[in-house]
Amino acid sequence: MPKDYIYPEFEIVRNEGRCTVCRRCEEQCANRAHAFDAATSRMTAEDARCVDCHRCVAMCPAHALKIVQSSHTFRPGANWTRDAITDIHRQAGSGGALLTSMGTPKDYPVYWDKLLINASQVTNPSIDPLREPMETKVFLGQKHTHIQRDESGRICTELHPQITLATPILFSAMSYGSLSYNAHESLARAAQELGICYNSGEGGLHEDLYHYGPNTIVQVASGRFGVHPGYLKAGAAIEIKMGQGAKPGIGGHLPAEKVMGDVSRTRMIPQGTEAISPAPHHDIYSIEDLRQLVYTLKEATDYKKPIIVKIAAVHNISAIASGVARSGADIIAIDGFRGGTGAAPARIRDNVGIPIELALASVDARLREEGIRGSISIIAGGSIRNSADVVRAIALGADAVYIATGALLAMGCHLCRSCHLGRCNWGIATQLPELVSRLDPEEGKRRLVNLITAWTYEIKEMMGGMGINSIEALKGNRLMLRGIGLTQKELDILGVLHAGE
Amino acid sequence: MLIQAKDLPFRELNRQINAAGEQSVTLQGVMGQRFIASGLKGKDVEINGIPGNALGAYLDGAHITVRGNAQDATGDTMNEGSIRIYGRSGDATGYAMRGGSIYVQGDSGYRAGIHMKAYSAKYPVLVIGGAAGSFLGEYLAGGVIIVLGIGHEAEGKAPVGYFTGTGMYGGKIFLRSAHVPHDLPPQVDVREAAAQDREEAYAHVAQYCAYFGGDPHQLMEHRLLVLTPSEESSYKQLYCAQ
Amino acid sequence: MSIEGQVRIPSGCAITSVFSKSGENISGRLVVDSIATMHERSNGLGGGFAGYGIYPQYKDLYAFHIFYDTLAARQACEAFIDRHFDVVNLSKIPVRKHPNIIDEPLIWRYFLTPLPTKLKDSQLDESEFTKRCVIRINDSIEGAYVFSSGKNMGVFKAVGYPEDVGDFYRLEDYEGYCWTAHGRYPTNTPGWWGGAHPFALLGYSIVHNGEISSYDANRRFIEMYGYRCNLQTDTEVITYIVDFLHRRRGLTLAEVASVIAAPFWTTIATKPAEEREKLTYLRNTFASLLITGPFSILLGFDGGIMALNDRLKLRSMVVGERGDRVYIASEECAIRVMEPDLEKLWAPRGGEPVIVRLNAGAQGR
Repeated sequence: MPKDYIYPEFEIVRNEGRCTVCRRCEEQCANRAHAFDAATSRMTAEDARCVDCHRCVAMCPAHALKIVQSSHTFRPGANWTRDAITDIHRQAGSGGALLTSMGTPKDYPVYWDKLLINASQVTNPSIDPLREPMETKVFLGQKHTHIQRDESGRICTELHPQITLATPILFSAMSYGSLSYNAHESLARAAQELGICYNSGEGGLHEDLYHYGPNTIVQVASGRFGVHPGYLKAGAAIEIKMGQGAKPGIGGHLPAEKVMGDVSRTRMIPQGTEAISPAPHHDIYSIEDLRQLVYTLKEATDYKKPIIVKIAAVHNISAIASGVARSGADIIAIDGFRGGTGAAPARIRDNVGIPIELALASVDARLREEGIRGSISIIAGGSIRNSADVVRAIALGADAVYIATGALLAMGCHLCRSCHLGRCNWGIATQLPELVSRLDPEEGKRRLVNLITAWTYEIKEMMGGMGINSIEALKGNRLMLRGIGLTQKELDILGVLHAGE
Repeated sequence: MLIQAKDLPFRELNRQINAAGEQSVTLQGVMGQRFIASGLKGKDVEINGIPGNALGAYLDGAHITVRGNAQDATGDTMNEGSIRIYGRSGDATGYAMRGGSIYVQGDSGYRAGIHMKAYSAKYPVLVIGGAAGSFLGEYLAGGVIIVLGIGHEAEGKAPVGYFTGTGMYGGKIFLRSAHVPHDLPPQVDVREAAAQDREEAYAHVAQYCAYFGGDPHQLMEHRLLVLTPSEESSYKQLYCAQ
Repeated sequence: MSIEGQVRIPSGCAITSVFSKSGENISGRLVVDSIATMHERSNGLGGGFAGYGIYPQYKDLYAFHIFYDTLAARQACEAFIDRHFDVVNLSKIPVRKHPNIIDEPLIWRYFLTPLPTKLKDSQLDESEFTKRCVIRINDSIEGAYVFSSGKNMGVFKAVGYPEDVGDFYRLEDYEGYCWTAHGRYPTNTPGWWGGAHPFALLGYSIVHNGEISSYDANRRFIEMYGYRCNLQTDTEVITYIVDFLHRRRGLTLAEVASVIAAPFWTTIATKPAEEREKLTYLRNTFASLLITGPFSILLGFDGGIMALNDRLKLRSMVVGERGDRVYIASEECAIRVMEPDLEKLWAPRGGEPVIVRLNAGAQGR
């Protein structure tokens, strides 16, 4: 047993001079890292229970707490790192696969940070977005490639079904079950106010959220939880989840203890049963089967809803995307491997898939080579961290971006990567009522609206700098990007020149 | 109302079925048209010919009769209503269905009843008159699957393929057979049907006979095995927190 | 130094034009004098003209104007042409030596028509067949460049100030119902003749002033439809967009304008329902063909001319009229030098096209 003892990764540091023993930290910590010692009338801390979520730090009225990374160390080594060693101890002790959450912390290249954005000087004018018109409205959906006219010569203006977004950002799929009801409601309210969409994820749609339908994307995943004709018709679009960037090729699993009350009702499975999403859709073993699922959904909704197919960014992504584009899908969502998750095997999350930047660039280029880029819209996701990432994604070729980790952070998440434990002290990734109530949907909405409003302003400012006054003129406009510190191969895949060229 | 389906593209055929309003429809000359009656509510649809894949997907209360064989993914994610097939059905019959019933007179392909689930008053029923293919009831989470194995009684094996009930974590599978499939996973328990089980199965067998003929009592005079997920061994304990 | 096609070269410019609605003949000299008044807007690195109605004797034949860098390029190109077209007439384009116009390539003119058998085999119409051949030559025959390919029209361009270019090509010897002219101010170029304006494809010719910010978005979209933006210039991509929308997708010129200079959504929202739906449809369907950044263009086409400013009107443009004549230019002086006594003069609004056509029955001779 002593072999498995792992020294805590974090230490709770309490400034005893400031601590008033109000016991707020104890009350706030669902992991029970803080306790009151009656004998000494002082607070004690159990470091091993701390997940570094900062709830106690933020709530301490005396600012008496901080969390520091332990300086405890193994004999340092670049190969056998602390994580490499402790993972083995954990697995040797338990026999289990390592489970974790949120996006990979590994030090992979972030290509966003190696792409610089252009601005106008002299040869064409930059634009002040506060005082001049600047458009960020986006339509997602198939476009006609030919014009039809009626007998009198008027253009037939009936479009394929579209999603209209006031700004090219959507909240990506996070299921009710993995997220709390209040988190879902915050997203729904914010999407409505912002004129964008949030995504139900694969856990069905809570009946109280149906009236946000015009701003909702409903998801159909392999588990088909909560999927029925009313659900399919409730949203602005339907997303078929084929994969997720954080765990390509892996299904999902909501543990039985989270399938309670409304989660059970919404997923339409009995309380206390496991909610398993198989790795594949068992009616899709090949690309032509995807076409079948796309059309069952279109038939079931009278061709009124655009169908999104979400796929994880994997090695052969551009060929897959080409197949998806020919499946009748209206929109393809590509999720890069740095994307988040409520729970995923650590080895999958940290080792499988490719970055969204390369996947997006390669898909956009491939669809253009094949002349079919116009027949499908692209949503890129998987670690879009700020408005400059949005601008870069659109310049590489995306129509819009999905954000999820950013949205969670806006609602109060501190990225402790412990969602799978179900004790989210911020009331986001938990079903425990006393924790859920910590997130006020109105407050959550306000912060999400703030974030997207701020990003949209920044996007406009960058567009203005480039002399572009409408987002569609930025889409695929790769001349607006230059690489920095990239190899020629990377530049070729990204389809951009190096800075200075 | 009679609809001549011959040479109609699926979209047009379905438009005509929907345009019939609450009137029941009979389709003649169906030849592979997909998505028939997708999401359809309360009316009867009779199909003569071979309906294409995803027949009755998301079905929401309509009653479908197929005078012939059905192809793959029949009743995909079906919610309510019934499908009866005077013939065989292809792969993934009843995939993820949550309610209603599917009765197949003959055999069924691979992965019949995969990931069926029950919820509240919704309890899906899949009855296969002949034999089922491999992966019967994979990921089964709720509802009931009955394989009668009519005509396969003398084969000396259960009327199923390989890997029956793999990943099953809810619901129930009846096999009208004396033979336990040899490769049941440890997570699936098998037992002889008790009186209560037989009573439950009888109702569905009687319905089968009402549709396709036969004597339910006679059919039930046969050994009946019940497969359920095991309480003890599940798929837990596979993970440890990093 | 890299030339157009190897690198993207932004440029500022001057444009002018004259049009006779009744199809009267106008000497090329007039528009040379007009562009000369805007000398300050050019920097001597490019000038050019397009004349319509100038080849009445061959009006049913395509007139190819081709630059050759070498004799070998000419031989390769002529071999290609002979395989695809019936050449009715070929000659050097007559020029007059001019001290300011140097390093001239070989400049040839061909009047030709697609070989019927080749055309039939291609399953294309005549214009699409010809367009593809032009793109093929420019894309794949090193040192050969077709810079004019319409019927009964021709482009004349060179490195130099436009008035010198006009002299060089002896434009006083040509007469047509429409002329456009361009003086170029590129930010860097060694001076490649093919990079001068107008840019032309089939009967379309474009002169343009400005630098568009949507360039790569437009280019990457239009290249899906068989175009190759070899020059990487705005004019080239705009010409291809017009060819695509007008000739191949059958949009009217006004509809083309509402794609490339689409009204703002807030403006569209104020329109009557039918127009609103149409504008929304076009803007959405051809979103990637919206052109942003400053531009003013003169599009010459068979039987007409269209002038269009970007939707913010970041470039200057004035229109003058007298009798059957319409004059459009970057500056009023360029019009007054052609016609001091105008009946009407106005500046079109951003994004609103001015379209002028020959009167019914007028043939341009």
